[in-house]
Amino acid sequence: MKRYVYINDNESSHELYCDNRISNRKYTVLNFLPKNLWEQFSRFMNQYFLLIACLQLWSLITPVNPASTWGPLIFIFAVSASKEAWDDYNRYLSDKKANEKLVWVVRQGIRKHIQAQDIHVGNIVWLRENDEVPCDLVLIGTSDPQGLCYVETAALDGETDLKTRVIPSACMGIDFELLHKIKGVIECPNPDKDITRFDANLRLFPPFIDNDVCPLTIKNTILQSCYLRNTEWACGVAVYTGNETKLGMSRGIPEPKLTAMDAMIDKLTGAIFVFQIVVVMVLGIAGNVWKDTEARKQWYVQYPIEGPWYELLVIPLRFELLCSIMIPISIKVSLDLVKSLYAKFIDWDAEMIDYETGIPSHATNTAISEDLGQVEYIMTDKTGTLTENRMIFRRCCISGVFYGNESGDALKDTKLLNAVAGSSPDVVQFLTVMAICNTVVPIKSKTGAISYKAQSQDEDALVNAAAQLHMVYANKNANILEIRFNGSVIKYEVLEILEFTSDRKRMSVVVKDCQNGKIVLLSKGADEAILPFAYVGQQTRTFIEAVEQYAQLGLRTLCLACRELREDEYQEWSLLFKEASSTLVDREWRIAEVCQRLEHDFEVLGVTAIEDRLQDGVPETIETLRKAGINFWMLTGDKQNTAIQIALSCNFISPEPKGQLLLIDGKTEDEVCRSLERVLLTMRITSSEPKDVAFVVDGWALEIALKHYRKAFTELAILSRTAICCRVTPSQKAQLVELLKSCDYRTLAIGDGGNDVRMIQQADIGVGISGREGLQAARAADYSIGKFRFLKRLILVHGRYSYNRTAFLSQYSFYKSLVICFIQIFFSFISGVSGTSLFNSVSLMAYNVFYTSIPVLVSVLDKDLSEGTVMQHPQILFYCQAGRFTVSPPFLAFFLLLYNRASESEYICWMVWSIFVPCNCCVCDHHTCLCLREK
Amino acid sequence: MDTNGATTSSAAGGGSTSKSSSKKHSRKPVYSRFTQQELPACKPILTPGLVIATFTIIGIIFIPLGLVSLSASEKVVEIVDRYDESCVPSDYSNDKLKFIQNPSINKSCVRTLTVPKLMKSPVFIYYQLDNYYQNHRRYVKSRSDKQLRSVSDEKSTKDCSPEDKTVDGPIVPCGLVAWSLFNDTYGFSVNSKTIEVNKHDIAWKSDKEHKFGSNVYPKNFQSGGLIGGAKLNSSVPLSKQEDLMVWMRTAALPTFRKLYGKIEQDLQANEKIQVVIQNNYNTYSFSGKKKLVLSTTSWIGGKNDFLGIAYIIVGGLCLFLAVCFILLYVIKPRPLGDPSYLSWNRSPAGHPN
Repeated sequence: MKRYVYINDNESSHELYCDNRISNRKYTVLNFLPKNLWEQFSRFMNQYFLLIACLQLWSLITPVNPASTWGPLIFIFAVSASKEAWDDYNRYLSDKKANEKLVWVVRQGIRKHIQAQDIHVGNIVWLRENDEVPCDLVLIGTSDPQGLCYVETAALDGETDLKTRVIPSACMGIDFELLHKIKGVIECPNPDKDITRFDANLRLFPPFIDNDVCPLTIKNTILQSCYLRNTEWACGVAVYTGNETKLGMSRGIPEPKLTAMDAMIDKLTGAIFVFQIVVVMVLGIAGNVWKDTEARKQWYVQYPIEGPWYELLVIPLRFELLCSIMIPISIKVSLDLVKSLYAKFIDWDAEMIDYETGIPSHATNTAISEDLGQVEYIMTDKTGTLTENRMIFRRCCISGVFYGNESGDALKDTKLLNAVAGSSPDVVQFLTVMAICNTVVPIKSKTGAISYKAQSQDEDALVNAAAQLHMVYANKNANILEIRFNGSVIKYEVLEILEFTSDRKRMSVVVKDCQNGKIVLLSKGADEAILPFAYVGQQTRTFIEAVEQYAQLGLRTLCLACRELREDEYQEWSLLFKEASSTLVDREWRIAEVCQRLEHDFEVLGVTAIEDRLQDGVPETIETLRKAGINFWMLTGDKQNTAIQIALSCNFISPEPKGQLLLIDGKTEDEVCRSLERVLLTMRITSSEPKDVAFVVDGWALEIALKHYRKAFTELAILSRTAICCRVTPSQKAQLVELLKSCDYRTLAIGDGGNDVRMIQQADIGVGISGREGLQAARAADYSIGKFRFLKRLILVHGRYSYNRTAFLSQYSFYKSLVICFIQIFFSFISGVSGTSLFNSVSLMAYNVFYTSIPVLVSVLDKDLSEGTVMQHPQILFYCQAGRFTVSPPFLAFFLLLYNRASESEYICWMVWSIFVPCNCCVCDHHTCLCLREK
Repeated sequence: MDTNGATTSSAAGGGSTSKSSSKKHSRKPVYSRFTQQELPACKPILTPGLVIATFTIIGIIFIPLGLVSLSASEKVVEIVDRYDESCVPSDYSNDKLKFIQNPSINKSCVRTLTVPKLMKSPVFIYYQLDNYYQNHRRYVKSRSDKQLRSVSDEKSTKDCSPEDKTVDGPIVPCGLVAWSLFNDTYGFSVNSKTIEVNKHDIAWKSDKEHKFGSNVYPKNFQSGGLIGGAKLNSSVPLSKQEDLMVWMRTAALPTFRKLYGKIEQDLQANEKIQVVIQNNYNTYSFSGKKKLVLSTTSWIGGKNDFLGIAYIIVGGLCLFLAVCFILLYVIKPRPLGDPSYLSWNRSPAGHPN
């Protein structure tokens, strides 16, 4: 499905596509009541209570005043409805603000100031510096002569760096005045929510340019909610408007997560409901029998000989109403209330504020705090989560020479400095790749200092290191790069950028040296993406050694390579690349395939090693949480050795004698299968020994294992307390979470970057670290924290308290309902099984609300153990994980519970009886103390 | 600028612009003992000393309390006489129903009670009914409190069916409760000297003053086809009909006593009291028992052993537990707060799974 956007055509697309009115509202004034009621009544509990309330209106069967159910029911409905209404009203206000913002739009060839909501698809929108983009636009002009502009996409993906956007080549050089009159057609896919892809084509109508198709990518767009920065003005054609923008499509309300406790409460409610039906049936039959045998003799009751046809139903229905209080009506409301308080406690916690940035922890999802106390598996990302994600260039190996090995810092290694000073060709080439093989934007401040805006921390570290080694990436002017080296300026023209994808694991640029016109391909990437593609005859052994050695030290390695291209080779390839870039289907895959044709026969220049330090308190946190019986899995995109080193340094796995690492590897199905079986066997043997056994698997083997040996791998996953999965893709991370979830484990996923989003959303609890890779993970997560070490407090303090409090509160809710209900049931045996209520309506309501529901809410402040004790003995969490509330055969537990309650209320009932029978003759009250009809 | 709540929060957290950094500070939580969950709390630790002391104190307080209550209850003198069987003439003993339902038979019956001990004035007279379900739903609902309270609500008889109205208009007081008013009467004499029975002040004060109107007079009462219990004097307002008020305070349990009157003179030990009973009330159809009860009271009320026994049992149990704990503490002492007793320290595997 495609849409055709006619630029500047005011008529044709008005009906076809929606205008730019943003609406996040769920309700309108008119449909609020019916829609909200409908939603609330789609819950079983509410249907049940409504049925009960309706039955109570029938005065023949109601034991109490209907108000005793209608009151709470209406109250509960009013509370949730007003909450919804308030949220919706706020959404309406923010929508209104966005919709009524004034923007410059071209109408009939003239620029006009109109409200944002009146933008239509095909309109040309003008933006000034620091304006917010009102809808998804395809750029057609900017103030920059090269057609560049910068946007900040923080609201969209949380990345705070500036991104360059460029006008399509077809629009290049069109005069400022003519932009008002531009006509053409954009062929683009229907709206979707992928903010990294826009596979479209643009064709301008004469007189602007010959009818040539120009491919468009995400680089040519500026999306809704971004900000225009460092650019005087820009204009673009609206392609997606209103709720059909990329942002609008990706909004959408995520499925609410259900905690283990919620599921248990639902089950218990169901069980109580069944029990209630049984009780009602038994009492109903008993009542009818008693009526026919005994009650007819009780002349003062005056039972009519012939009753109405429904006579047999009357007594069971009465008991149904009497027993309806068995299911506590207030439980959902009180749980919602206390859960939002737990979330507030997390937000408020002064010990979980990241003092570096001043960002407090935040609970986005207020409903699942008690699940934190039941976590069994933590899946953690490495970079940025365990480490600081502050990359520092430490060592390198250039054509077989190791730099920085002695001092631990290559930038201070005199050998390297000398080589740089002497302009050794290998080193210069190496530094050039470091400096320009990237997507970094240099920004010159007024004082002349250069700062870099980089999307990846690695690139940032490399460019900065190159600059310190006198290879300064000074300026980027459209496609021309300027590099200063030892006082001379070298210019390069960027011909193509072959972007980094996690599948290719490398990125390249094709540049043309402006001095000698040579075309060079510069590449950097993971070792396995570069070294196998070295030209035949190059000795890569030293590089492999270097990579190994650096990985042993826990450093991140990148291999740098280059290749000189012949002019005709490049031209030929360039055509293929263009074609691939303008395909609408499978563009990414096609591009990767084309890139592959160029990226081979590398001349490997060297290896860089970048250090990424561990965050404060990571080893302690992991140790404490492991003591608490929580199993850790590390899922990282990094190399196996690096991952193992980091794992060792943060107590993730124990070193050799105590711990043991089992490797699952292999390239083919058979190899993986054999290795998996071997590991599984070892694991089974050692599972009884107090030995730390962990398995290590890489992405490739994992793919095979998950596909073909899922069962064996699942068994391994259950047996193993620790695992390291390296070289895994975001979707594999999510698959692993899914696997553990399917074994009924409570999983928590923690990560910081966009590649962790899927696993965070998949896990029972997602925790995002609001770190340097932007806010994407924190946004998708249920909880966002500033540092990994806060996880300890989040789980052991907040999670545990929340669990205990909720467990107490829900047990108490059922308990108090059962107690009062059993009193009623026992009383019915001494009131002729006729369904008389022992309590009057007011007392019943007061019992349910004032005596038992409200005071017990104070228990959310209860702390069974002090925070210090819990931290000292994290093992105490075992009890939460096992589930004090969730005992394995739930029905047995339920009936035990019931039995306890029953005996208790029996006791109360007998007590009432034994005290009050003789009391009838007291002087103080001549009559029955417990009066049935006190009014 | 913001299109929804999510973008607002993200802009604040995004953190590169100056505007958002100012927002960041406002997001910092306010420090207070409540927000940090550090409110002062009391957490008693159950040390052996505390537990033993608590149990001992409970035991020491409860056992004497129980003994006192029991002895107070013992002092109450109570005479219970079941008369429903014996007041039926022997020729009707096979068909008691016929006897009670025949209005032409004289229902008088004379019983002699012996006073076991000195009964100090006032002596309360109760009638006790067994197997009588005043708490039956159909029965308990069949009344109109509005109508009892004021004349203007005379017609609100919707709950009273089937005793709601006759052809002459609404029944006052309506409903099954009033209709089934107990109608046995008792006359007492000692040595052929009549004892006065005071039937005043036997109903609740609130009933007399608020719930039963002083201008509400019985109307059309017991005039239907079926006669239930006693008839009411239609020239006396309901607020003066104390027997009715007593009856209409329905009992919670199928065995109950209701006050009939008071004897305001001492009854000497071994005195023989002649009671002339008008045995009118039908309990024969459902084999209910009727008993006449004479009882004095003490500070604890009527005769009630339960309270004393309960106190003694609880107190005794507490003392017993205290002794057990002392023994346990002496024989097998254990240091307090020793972490080696924690479950995960006892099982070396360390993991309950």
